[in-house]
Amino acid sequence: MMAWLVRRLVASLAIIFAVVTFVFILIHAAPGKSCGQIEFDVDPAVCDQLTKQFGLDKPLHVQYWRYLAALAQGNFGYSFSLHRPVRDALADTIPFTLQLAGAALVLDFLLGLGLGIYQAGRVNRLPDVVLSHATLFIYSLPTFWLALILMLVFAEEFRWFPVGGPNDAILCPVVDSLYCVADRLWHLVLPAATLGLVGAAGTARFQRAAMLEVANQDYVRTARAKGVPERRVVLRHQLRNALLSFITRFGLAFPFVLTGAVLIETIYAWPGMGRLAFDAILTRDYPLVTATALIASTVVVVGNLLADMLMGVADPRLRVRASADVEIATA
Amino acid sequence: MRLGNWLALFVALVLAAEIARLTRQRALRRERWRRFFKHRTTSWGLGILAFLAIVALAAPLVAPFGPGDQLGIVDLRNHPPSWAFVLGTDVLSRDVWSRVAWGARVSLGIGALGALVAVSLGTLVGATAGYYSRWVDALLMRGVDVGLALPRIFILLMAVALWDGLPFAALVLAIGLTSWLGTSRLVRAEVLSLREREFVVAARALGAKTGRVIFRHVLPNAAAPIIVSAALGVGNVLLLEASLSFLGIGVAPPDPSWGSIIAEGASTIYTAPWTILFPGLAISLVVMSLNAVADGLRDALDPREEAA
Repeated sequence: MMAWLVRRLVASLAIIFAVVTFVFILIHAAPGKSCGQIEFDVDPAVCDQLTKQFGLDKPLHVQYWRYLAALAQGNFGYSFSLHRPVRDALADTIPFTLQLAGAALVLDFLLGLGLGIYQAGRVNRLPDVVLSHATLFIYSLPTFWLALILMLVFAEEFRWFPVGGPNDAILCPVVDSLYCVADRLWHLVLPAATLGLVGAAGTARFQRAAMLEVANQDYVRTARAKGVPERRVVLRHQLRNALLSFITRFGLAFPFVLTGAVLIETIYAWPGMGRLAFDAILTRDYPLVTATALIASTVVVVGNLLADMLMGVADPRLRVRASADVEIATA
Repeated sequence: MRLGNWLALFVALVLAAEIARLTRQRALRRERWRRFFKHRTTSWGLGILAFLAIVALAAPLVAPFGPGDQLGIVDLRNHPPSWAFVLGTDVLSRDVWSRVAWGARVSLGIGALGALVAVSLGTLVGATAGYYSRWVDALLMRGVDVGLALPRIFILLMAVALWDGLPFAALVLAIGLTSWLGTSRLVRAEVLSLREREFVVAARALGAKTGRVIFRHVLPNAAAPIIVSAALGVGNVLLLEASLSFLGIGVAPPDPSWGSIIAEGASTIYTAPWTILFPGLAISLVVMSLNAVADGLRDALDPREEAA
């Protein structure tokens, strides 16, 4: 188990390293010189000086080495558009994305698992058929469109929830009280619901299929035959095994939430990392763009690692096989 | 909408229903395809896809106006849906239905082309990795791991930032190049198990060249997951294109794609919600239909069901 874990850890680090390298290559493969000769009429002397100042006259491998060394120290460079270190910009925005993603994932998993289990218990009966169609529809919605529709209905039409920012813009930057915590949650409802509902629909479809897959197994039939109460059959025999495939989905939820965050945060003016990334595109702020991409991929890799570890805990077969050192990495 | 447009639309609807009905009728004669239509949603999905494909092809007939026609900037802005403008007009007094109809060409076109690029590449890489195995496999699959670690919207954002916007062909290519990873894993797994089967070993023993073995013996037997992932792929690519266009870095206005119509309508959602409602419904319908069809295909092509 330990050896397997170490191997997964090393593999994860290698992936992050490869992503860093890929991003470096992408930047240097892009057309254009280091200072904007196209857009502006820059004095060549100034241009030379700038090139030298940023170390862009050095050979590529030296630049690559410097880039790695800087990253290793947590230095993501300096944002052109915000005129501040990228690290500070990230530190300001990441908590907001964590709140949004956390709320969305909780809704996604709780609602999705619940619906999936509920439906699997009533296959092809009316509630299941209705929910199957509903989840198919919601799962197919573009998140950005659902965001606009929810905003239109619940913020504009009914005026139940606020939009535009994470807080009461007048009071909360000044005071720091319980009211503002509640206010934050209130502002979080629509963005988190948008992302969480689409995710939950996917999770429900997935979980329903996983439960049904397990339902025909011999051990479930045996459990029923020997008189185990239905509730226990579902929870201990079916769910326990169906959760294994759910863990795989858990790992896949991270890229989904990150992608959604770019769109949702832009629409709801949520000052998180996704919006930061998007704003960085509009201003062609490369250090900021690449830093957000690196953070995003790190999150995905950590998510996968987490899923692998959960799998190791949840599936005793893996522990045995892992000690026999059989390749079980990505299934 | 003139009478001719209504007529064309009606013909499109009948044609689509007929296509769905005929496919179903023919399919019911064969056991495997009967499973394809086990759920009623599959027929509906097929019908909806056929309808929207016909609308896309016949855009000049079903749409009363051109996609960029400004009908009267003074008194026809944000006009609510009416008999003349069935889905209303947008802030620049363009007919929303005409834009959605013409946009079907762009959106469905990018969806199909992007998925074609993605599935071809994914199949090629997956088959290579699965068939050669060892270090080729290790190299390719570690590459796929790295690719999957970077959410593709970030890769595309970086590409757009660095290359200053992408022309249409480059956009399709970029989307395709970032969407093949999942397919390659599926195909690899399938090929990995197929290459040890007797008929493949036999073909090799008879001296068939590697290319022939892969393309004539292995891949046709791995068709099921490829076809399913192609169906899902079109939907995914469509959603991705819509998201990028919505963010203003995909299809550039004034060209109408369903995503860019929503993007342009987003600023007037409170005064003219119809500008975002209908293109969004179109996207949802297509993706939902593709998901339903993919479900049906999975049922039809799953060898385990055949045995049961």
